[in-house]
Amino acid sequence: MTTSLPTAAPGSTEPVGRTAAASSRAASGTTTSKRRERRLPHTPLHPRPSLPLTLVAGLVLVYTLLPLAWLVINATKDQNGLLDSFGLWFADDTHFWDNIGRTLTYDDGVFVRWLLNTLLYVAAGAGGATVLAVLGGYALATYDFPGRKAVFAVVLGAVAVPGTALAVPTFLMFSNMGLTNTPWAVIIPSLISPFGLYLMWVFAAEAVPTELLEAARIDGSGELRTFFTIALPLLMPGTVTVLLFSMVATWNNYFLPLIMIKDPDWYPLTLGLNAWNAQAQTAGGQAVFDLIITGSLLTIVPIVAVFLLLQRYWQSGLAAGSVKE
Amino acid sequence: MSTHTTRRLLAALAVVSTLALTATACGSDASDAGAGGSGPKDVAAALEKGGKVTVWAWEPTLKKVVEDFEKKYPKVDVELVNAGTGDKQYTALQNAIAAGSGAPDVAQVEYYALGQFAIGKSVEDLSSYGAQKYGTTFTNGPWNAVTDDQAIHALPMDSGPMAFFYNKKVFDKHGIEVPTTWDGYVEAARALHKADPKIFITNDTGDAGATTSLIWQAGGRPYKADGTDITIDFNDQGVSRYTATWQKLLDEKLLAPTTSWSDAWYKGLADGSIATLSIGAWMPANLTSGVASASGDWRVAPLPQWTKGDKTSAENGGSSLAVPKAAKNKELAYAFTEFATTGAGASSRVAAGAFPATRADLESKAFLDTDFPYFGGQKANRIFAQSARDVGADWSYLPYQVYANSIFNDTVGKAYVSPTKLSEGLKAWQEASVTYGNEQGFTVNK
Repeated sequence: MTTSLPTAAPGSTEPVGRTAAASSRAASGTTTSKRRERRLPHTPLHPRPSLPLTLVAGLVLVYTLLPLAWLVINATKDQNGLLDSFGLWFADDTHFWDNIGRTLTYDDGVFVRWLLNTLLYVAAGAGGATVLAVLGGYALATYDFPGRKAVFAVVLGAVAVPGTALAVPTFLMFSNMGLTNTPWAVIIPSLISPFGLYLMWVFAAEAVPTELLEAARIDGSGELRTFFTIALPLLMPGTVTVLLFSMVATWNNYFLPLIMIKDPDWYPLTLGLNAWNAQAQTAGGQAVFDLIITGSLLTIVPIVAVFLLLQRYWQSGLAAGSVKE
Repeated sequence: MSTHTTRRLLAALAVVSTLALTATACGSDASDAGAGGSGPKDVAAALEKGGKVTVWAWEPTLKKVVEDFEKKYPKVDVELVNAGTGDKQYTALQNAIAAGSGAPDVAQVEYYALGQFAIGKSVEDLSSYGAQKYGTTFTNGPWNAVTDDQAIHALPMDSGPMAFFYNKKVFDKHGIEVPTTWDGYVEAARALHKADPKIFITNDTGDAGATTSLIWQAGGRPYKADGTDITIDFNDQGVSRYTATWQKLLDEKLLAPTTSWSDAWYKGLADGSIATLSIGAWMPANLTSGVASASGDWRVAPLPQWTKGDKTSAENGGSSLAVPKAAKNKELAYAFTEFATTGAGASSRVAAGAFPATRADLESKAFLDTDFPYFGGQKANRIFAQSARDVGADWSYLPYQVYANSIFNDTVGKAYVSPTKLSEGLKAWQEASVTYGNEQGFTVNK
């Protein structure tokens, strides 16, 4: 659900709308007020509002937000409230802060440990994946070397292979190396992001003009300096996109840690919450549905925050692409 | 043409994997001869020396046991790992044993699943560590479940003699008598559902553990195992007693279509729409923590009987601690297993709410006199303890019960969602289990 956020309307339509406004202004040749603009004939860039499409979009919006609303509402209930009250409305008494406190302290504060683990996996795994993708993508886009076609084929092929299919072979490999049950077993596979590399490659080819690099070389800039001072700022929007994608993928990663990690001390949040859920299915176990729901809410807060904060860069990236030349 | 090639490839693959299986079987046999020989003395020496023990278990009461054990033996470091519940853990354990690394020193294994590890010779025979002296320490049901003629495969950690949990408030409200026979149970089911269509006597969407336990109580003994010779027969009288009664409940739609252990199930237990449970004696802990709002509503009674005036019970669930052959520190592993299942370790777990498998704890006054505020102050342990004494003898599970249970819903489950009869479903389950057993190299029904 979180992945659908950036592709949804706000990021993409706004710049387009602005461009449309600008172009229509240019077309009419006058500085027009908003009211007059409305009367202009509808163009492909400024289409007639459609009631059925708006309704469909509204339905999709509700569909997207409903689970989130459910989560927020139910995070305010304790175990009894969860079992006794209607799912989509609040119970008589609110336990929101109490729930958060108990989630953070339950079982000697293991939730905090899982949160830190997840942060580690995201920082090292997704951060590393982004660095590698930017370096690789830039190199593949700007340098011509033998074997580039082969690399292209391999990367495209790798994009098509789902990570789930590779999980078991990866497990056997890591088991042979004695790395299972350690953070490395999650971080190292997360570093590989064929999709990120491909995206950066395509983006770098578009965003970094060869002429600019040649000019830099003529002016005596070394390759590293060119990369850091000229290419990297140009690549920023693409970098943020890749970072967002790999962060979401690592944050939500479930299957890889599931088979790699048996020690609860190294669980990411996804596995930890699932372990809490399994307690309810255990003879003599303690059902903690209230903590699972509050924990899930706490788990999505950082990733939502990251999206809202980085969205800005992302928008400007798309806008830059849309008005280029 | 290409399909031919594929088929041939598959056939070849099948042959190769069978060969590989046979090879591993031989391999473990060979290594088996070399093992053993360590006695109680080695255990004491190992405790003196110290080291690290990894325990895979999901049983919550073991946490305290680990602390106590480390306090008593400061040189030993016990790492308690929840590697998953039930079959998830067994899969992980099988994988670790197959991979040759990463297996724990001690693993929690439910009684129904122990056979698969015992027959695969992947757990230690604990009699070589002196476990035979505990022959009379444990109650019969659990002890029979962990031993066979040759070996002690694990030590019993808890047990689940069955009892009848009912929501007294619901029964009182509609003036319905608590059933003591299964015929009375069907009557009560009808009466409750008629009084309030939202109320069901119990929930059932097809649960292999519950079904086999009720067949056990009804006197059915569908599985017989002697080494690798196995008989599966779902045609005996006990089975037909069970199917006749349960078919009535299914035909009249008197069972709530709620899967056990789901959140909807907890909700049903809380609001009274699931009025009774026939389940193991470990259930109070789950009710107390998971359904706290219904405290005071529920009571415990002996299981309804198949024949009026009878006193027969069965086991439902319960697990043991086993030491995998792949364990690194077997002596220490045994020491921990012994500590957690007998003596002080067992008592501390009972105090924390586990249901004992040890005679001493089961018969202790403190245990029998425990008041359960959740059950309106009832001394429920007396009913559970009596049930433990009344467990029907000579029950056995399949050595591949984990697999058999995993296909229960594909076969018997049909009786819950289609006009298929329960007896037909059990027949299909039997056939599928026979086929699988023979494929795995057992001799089933031959």
